[in-house]
Amino acid sequence: MKRVFSTQAIQTAIEKSLPEFQKIVGNAAVRTQETIRRQFARDESHFIGPPPAVVLEPTNVEQVSQLLKLCNDRGIPVVPFGTGTGLEGGSMSILGGVCLSTQQITGEPVLREQDFVCSVKPSTTRIALNDAIKHSGLFFPVDPGADASVCGMVATSASGTNAIRYGTMKENVLNLEVVLADGTVLDTKGKGRCPRKSSAGFNFTELFVGSEGTLGVITEATLRVHPRPQFLSAAVCSFSSVHQAASTVVEVLQWSIPVARIEFLDSTQIKASNAYSSLTLREAPTLFIEFHGSSEKEVADQTEAVKDICQSHEALDFDSGASPEKMALLWKARHNAYYAALAMRTGARGFTTDVCVPISKLADVISETRADLDEHQILGTVVGHVGDGNFHVILPTIEEDKSEHRKIQAFSDRLVRRALAADGTCTGEHGVGLGKRKYLREELGENTVRLMHTVKKALDPMNIMNPGKLLPEL
Amino acid sequence: MKILVGVKRVVDYAVKIRVKPDRSGVVTEGVQHSMNPFDEIALEEAVKLKEKKLATEVVAFSLGGPKSQEVLRTALAKGADKAIHVQVSDEEASKLESFHVAKTLKKIVESEKFDAVFLGKQAIDDDSSQTAPILAGLLDWPQALYASKVEEGGDGHMKVKIPFVLSADLRLNEPRYATLPNIMKAKKKPLKAIPIKDLGVDIKPQTETIEVTEPPVRQAGGFVEDVAGLVAKLKEKGFVKA
Repeated sequence: MKRVFSTQAIQTAIEKSLPEFQKIVGNAAVRTQETIRRQFARDESHFIGPPPAVVLEPTNVEQVSQLLKLCNDRGIPVVPFGTGTGLEGGSMSILGGVCLSTQQITGEPVLREQDFVCSVKPSTTRIALNDAIKHSGLFFPVDPGADASVCGMVATSASGTNAIRYGTMKENVLNLEVVLADGTVLDTKGKGRCPRKSSAGFNFTELFVGSEGTLGVITEATLRVHPRPQFLSAAVCSFSSVHQAASTVVEVLQWSIPVARIEFLDSTQIKASNAYSSLTLREAPTLFIEFHGSSEKEVADQTEAVKDICQSHEALDFDSGASPEKMALLWKARHNAYYAALAMRTGARGFTTDVCVPISKLADVISETRADLDEHQILGTVVGHVGDGNFHVILPTIEEDKSEHRKIQAFSDRLVRRALAADGTCTGEHGVGLGKRKYLREELGENTVRLMHTVKKALDPMNIMNPGKLLPEL
Repeated sequence: MKILVGVKRVVDYAVKIRVKPDRSGVVTEGVQHSMNPFDEIALEEAVKLKEKKLATEVVAFSLGGPKSQEVLRTALAKGADKAIHVQVSDEEASKLESFHVAKTLKKIVESEKFDAVFLGKQAIDDDSSQTAPILAGLLDWPQALYASKVEEGGDGHMKVKIPFVLSADLRLNEPRYATLPNIMKAKKKPLKAIPIKDLGVDIKPQTETIEVTEPPVRQAGGFVEDVAGLVAKLKEKGFVKA
């Protein structure tokens, strides 16, 4: 199955195929100008790669099917490209092949209100989806930060700050229309079907969630939508140590308090946020919590219960509020965290790590990571979705500094191995893409990696779908 | 203080507008519609005043075809107590002008005795921005247009005496979402429908639309090789002195 791609062979095959591409999608949708192709050469990761040889912009699933069939027949690699907001190089055309831009596959979101289900096309982004359905009182909760295309979020199995209550993409995708490498179009749960549960057949929907374009192109996603919370409130609490903060989180979960968001900022991040947003928070490990409920009493009760737990873990300050203004103020440090971290260093760009560990190991892993940063004198802050055991280190770096780049890569490598040693994963939400393939063997084990290849070979025997990503070499 | 809030059903801001082939207007059939965003802001401000106990009642109003009721139900779900729908046919609705809306609002204000009228500063379909000032003129009420903050008392800001007309600007507030329980409760809130002729308002159009066209297609630009080439082109086209 392993094809040896030479850039020249790919280039030649593409040049020969241009007239046929033009016949399928029309001349205007076959982009060969260098300035256009360069726009599709990178995502939000730090990898540098060549631009694709051509960018194709199909407008419907039939065109996608014909394009893939053609590329499959000729062994031309294809990389699907949504909004280019990925963080791991997943949508980069590292072999300079075909970039299949999905953003012209348009269509209004189709909402089935009483079924709590909405279907979207690839051009719909997260914010556009919520805008389109806001009149119904429903919302799509997965919020990874960027205004990513929803189908792209499916491909990377995205997550966000309220996963603790509403789930990640895995829990919120009911059905997918996908196009396989040979042009076959199928619906993972059957066309138009959206029962809330089913025992029929293999779970293909979740196979494609997180497949990062290696198994097919997603051309429509049917999603769960949820009622917007009637009442909200927020709380912020600082602690004397990371361990106290983490233990608080465990106890909150043990008490079954259905927090909507529970986020952690370490002292370094608090210091950065104070400077950036002119705040006066205590420079200590701090939890940021949000409560959702159907009555004011419900959120007030949740807040009281969490306050008690915090205080039993030597909380230093506890503040809470329910008005939109107070909530925004309480969460300001968390909202601006990324930019506050970058502001610590003039001219810096952000490098963000992403690991996830069992919650019982979280405090230790965060403490060891902090010790690692300090020992190697690396500037970085810790921001975590602690309810899930997932945390990010934000490293403001000067991109041009090669030795610093190496230092950070080494730190990131130690961090992943630390997470794996703690029974965790090399990526909580950003995906494997290019850079984390090397950890999958250790994380999943040889047999599981072999199974990945078996499945890949069955769906994409010519290995044209995003080759060089996600799967480690056999 | 009883507040009347005008809300208009318009083509949703995210829709790509297309001109009808006969150039008589824009395509509205089968296109997503929603409450005019500035009206959402006006409504939010009125509801906030009620929550602060500075207003006693918030009533939503719309002059439009049958589907305007959807927007009124949304207003009820977002905190309005009652709704008034002055009905016209879809055909009549397409020819309504700010003057007609203002005249209709005046009738409602006088018959139901409101103390203030909150409107969006303009509708995003016609961008007329006329209804609020025309209404203020007809009622001979003070007008607070493009309001970006509403407070009790305060110095350095314009003070208005009740009764008054207010038009809401973008920064006035962040409108709340309608939640499902409120949407369900809204179905039971009173919505009064009044055919336009019962109000005795003349809605004869004062303007005639002759043609609606898209802006001219943008001409393709040219590429230049380098800065020297750019400067030469600028001189050639007379943008820079040769």
